[in-house]
Amino acid sequence: MTERETVIEVHGLRNQFGTQVVHDNLDLDVYKGEILGVVGGSGSGKSVLLRSIIGLNRPTAGSVKVFGQEVTRLSEAQRSAIEQRCGVLFQNGALFSSLTVAENVMVPLREHHHLPMDLMQRLAALKIALAGLPAEAGAKYPSELSGGMVKRAALSRSLALDPEILFLDEPTAGLDPIGAAAFDQLILTLRESLGLTVFLITHDLDTLYTICDRVAVIAKKRVLIADTLDKVERFDDPWVQEYFQGPRGRAAEHAAEHAAHAATEH
Amino acid sequence: MAQAGTLDVDSGGRVVAAGDWTLASAPALDQRVVEVKRRRASGAVDASGISRLDTAGAELLLELAGDARDGITGLDEGRRALVDAVAKAQTEAVAKVPPQPPGIVVLLARTGSAVEAIWHDAIALVGFIGLMLQTLARTMPNPRRWRVTPLFFHIEQTGLDAVPIVALLSFLVGAVVAFLGATVLRDFGASVFTVELVGYSFLREFGVLLTAILIAGRSGSAFTAQIGSMKAREEIDAIRTLGMDPVEVLVLPRALALLISMPMLTFIAMLAGIFGGAIVCIFSLDISPGMFLQRFHDTASVRHFWVGMSKAPVFAFLIAAIGCLEGFKVSGSAESVGQHTTSSVVQSIFVVIMIDALAAIFFMKLDV
Repeated sequence: MTERETVIEVHGLRNQFGTQVVHDNLDLDVYKGEILGVVGGSGSGKSVLLRSIIGLNRPTAGSVKVFGQEVTRLSEAQRSAIEQRCGVLFQNGALFSSLTVAENVMVPLREHHHLPMDLMQRLAALKIALAGLPAEAGAKYPSELSGGMVKRAALSRSLALDPEILFLDEPTAGLDPIGAAAFDQLILTLRESLGLTVFLITHDLDTLYTICDRVAVIAKKRVLIADTLDKVERFDDPWVQEYFQGPRGRAAEHAAEHAAHAATEH
Repeated sequence: MAQAGTLDVDSGGRVVAAGDWTLASAPALDQRVVEVKRRRASGAVDASGISRLDTAGAELLLELAGDARDGITGLDEGRRALVDAVAKAQTEAVAKVPPQPPGIVVLLARTGSAVEAIWHDAIALVGFIGLMLQTLARTMPNPRRWRVTPLFFHIEQTGLDAVPIVALLSFLVGAVVAFLGATVLRDFGASVFTVELVGYSFLREFGVLLTAILIAGRSGSAFTAQIGSMKAREEIDAIRTLGMDPVEVLVLPRALALLISMPMLTFIAMLAGIFGGAIVCIFSLDISPGMFLQRFHDTASVRHFWVGMSKAPVFAFLIAAIGCLEGFKVSGSAESVGQHTTSSVVQSIFVVIMIDALAAIFFMKLDV
């Protein structure tokens, strides 16, 4: 295998809140252009890891490099430059409730670029359509949207600045299976067409089997293994075994195999 | 590494795009696209010189090519995919902006809907007061359903915790009134009447009015924000599905707490205001404390006290009703909580001052 370009490097990360140690000596690399799924039990610190990488949470120790730059030691301007190359989809969308969807998408455009209004509106409409929302959704307020539409609207805002890395925190949680499958396909399509790197926290086994290139398992305060699904499935750890060999894990695996067969036959 | 995106027409009439076609160079490129398009309707674009391309650049390329998307040449596979994805999204993204009606129509429509909203607010308030009284009547005979703990909690929050600010402000206003009175009355050699001025004004009007305005700003807004954020997080619905009545659980303890604490705060405000007036009299008018008390005792009749005090429970009930009702009107968003909190304070203060004015006329006609 050829040496791939790493866009995120986490080394020896330690996160501690009071006496509670969430991460200890955690290492993780994310390669350019891949979709990395991050799994782990509730409270294992997946979201804290995400927050450490995007600089919302200052780690107790260790180094976090994004695009080769240490995120904890950046000036305000450098940080802003990195943030503009990252898009984040928060678990509950975090759309600004006082703005319409289109205005939400325009917030980062307005803040970082001096675009003519007409172009900005065209770009916002484009991002909204890219996220798979109908054009009418742009004029709506977040409170008028369903759960699935909120996720898509939030995704369109995270795509506003054409990020190179997309962070997704449980994007399919709370969506119905059809909506979740459509969202999976959407992420896949966006990765193909926009060349994104995707860092994806999920509990959804179907998502793992359908779209992830590699899976990182967080347990015991560190990354147990980060590799392709086949290797992770065979990894000798009781939690990993239970996660992937439990009834839901097996069902998702069968479903994925079935889909693959169907695809090759046609 | 970054180079500005360019768009030129070469000597052969070909349109050549080069450099970074990204968001950063989008404003300049947007203008160039308009210029080039004005000269040539649409057609072939050579995009092989483009060093970086993102969705903003792809959107501009498509804008340039118009209907002839195949006319864009020199894209590698990845970029072709990007342009295709953007083109596909664009067809779905035909943003329809509804036509704007003329300004005068908008003005009239907004005026009309504002008036209608006032009318609906008034109806809703009367209805809500009815609901509160009905719920109160239903729970009163059943002491097991009295919610004593929240009641005392709210008495502490709205009453006890408000004592310092109510006392301080009343003291200051009392001093100001005495100063005003002293200045004006001195010209007539009647500065001793300052005692009556302070006494009358605080017993009849200022004690209760100041308290009501402070409580509207302090507790009415808190009621709206508390109930409003519960509404936004579906907690009110949860209360309902658990077989409880939100009015009984949330509104009654707050309303009763205000009914109890407001008269007490009013009494404190009266004392503090008169004390503030007394301090000014003593230090700048040479009226001794004994003389102030004697004069106050001779002139201030207890009916003034009762006129002021009688308004306290009315104001308390209205402030609580408006505060809670506005809370229930909150819908979903964080902004809505803010809007209704503002509306709650404005409405409460408006209603308090209006009722106070009506009461002043009423008591004047009754000659008390």
